[in-house]
Amino acid sequence: MGFDVLLKGNNLIRLFGGLMVALRISLISVAISILLGIVIGMLEAYNNKVINAIARIHLEIVRIMPQMVLLFIVYFGATKALGLNLTAEASAIIVFSFWGVAEMADLVRGAFASIPVIQYESSFSLGMSRLQVYVHIIIPQIIRRMLPLSINLITRMIKTTSLVMMIGIVEVLKVGQQIIEANRKSSPSAAFGVFATIFLLYFLVCFPISVFSKYLEKRWEY
Amino acid sequence: MDEILRVSHLQKKYDDFTVLDDVNFTVKKGEVVVIVGPSGCGKSTLLRCLNGLEEIQEGSVLLDGAVVNPNKKDLCKTRERIGMVFQSYDLFPHKTILQNVTLAPILVKKRKKEEVCQEALALLKRVGLLSKKDQYPRQLSGGQKQRVAIVRALMMQPEVLLLDEITASLDPEMVREVLDVVLSLAKEGRTMLIVTHEMQFARAVADRMIFLEGGKIVEEDETKSFFEHPKTDRLKQFLQTFTYEDL
Repeated sequence: MGFDVLLKGNNLIRLFGGLMVALRISLISVAISILLGIVIGMLEAYNNKVINAIARIHLEIVRIMPQMVLLFIVYFGATKALGLNLTAEASAIIVFSFWGVAEMADLVRGAFASIPVIQYESSFSLGMSRLQVYVHIIIPQIIRRMLPLSINLITRMIKTTSLVMMIGIVEVLKVGQQIIEANRKSSPSAAFGVFATIFLLYFLVCFPISVFSKYLEKRWEY
Repeated sequence: MDEILRVSHLQKKYDDFTVLDDVNFTVKKGEVVVIVGPSGCGKSTLLRCLNGLEEIQEGSVLLDGAVVNPNKKDLCKTRERIGMVFQSYDLFPHKTILQNVTLAPILVKKRKKEEVCQEALALLKRVGLLSKKDQYPRQLSGGQKQRVAIVRALMMQPEVLLLDEITASLDPEMVREVLDVVLSLAKEGRTMLIVTHEMQFARAVADRMIFLEGGKIVEEDETKSFFEHPKTDRLKQFLQTFTYEDL
């Protein structure tokens, strides 16, 4: 079945190393996306025309453009055109954050918009100050609405890191290909074993995250 | 009796549309005043003005001599003294029933948690919802939610309670359980301003009635004569829509 190649040399460790590269890129991007996304989403709640127009265009670009095209533009295009010396990993993080910030900001904006005005009014009528209303009433509800969806974004990012091998980053999928290539003669059926293992690795990472998101959704439904 | 609320020459506009025009009335301590009128006559807007939820263009609202105005810095302080219950209950969905009713006293009045909880449990018991204290709003029926909303407002020990069509979105069978709570509050001498479409209830609970139409007070009278001897034709006509004659 081709699982034997994984036990040769340090192949399995290399595969894990590749997975770590994929996770590093996605987790750094997720952290940047959440922080900047929340800031931009809150700015959008102010309904400033210029900010909202820019955010809207940003979101549309992310939705329309395949991530791979964005990766090529930043890694091959920007480095040449702007004379920047970006590493492949830095380019990947820029592209993934560009994508994540747009989606997070939209989630935050949507969560703010989904809180009925009367939630503010009934809090005010109890004598609460603006700060108290935000801290105790509005923000807890926004987090509950947003968190399951933003966790979903994390798993999508982890999966999409498989594209970064196209700009030369040796992540888990690329390592798998290298292992298959190197053992083409000795174990011709290595492809199945290696890709099945990679499937399992992605599953082991993403499934707990998705279960956690389901759990939060259930716990916080109202 | 002492006067607690004074509304003088109140005018409220949305752009060019005048919602309330030269509204004047006073409410004494312990009095229950019911405001009725056709839909869109400005009843709800009037209550919202009394709580500083709406900007007003002319006139003034005085609570025990203190100005109620959305642009005032100490509006929070004034709002502590005016409770309001809305048509759509609007409990905090992420908090339990007990947390819903104790949050504001603990936060705003900085009172001790144990003491506030004791008081909350007593009030929840009184409205028959003690067993629901650890449940979430989504687990309650509309009538139960509205009773919790009343308790939540009462917990701030307001001097005036504003009730804005609190039974309008309830099933007929649940209306009674909510109105019974309001009747018992009236009996213990609470000052209340009530907007409602339940005429039977208005008649039972009110000391005084106000008929509002087109943003103006058309008629204002003691409850008995308001219903039995309406002076204006418009009020006569309005009251007739609530009675059915045999065929």
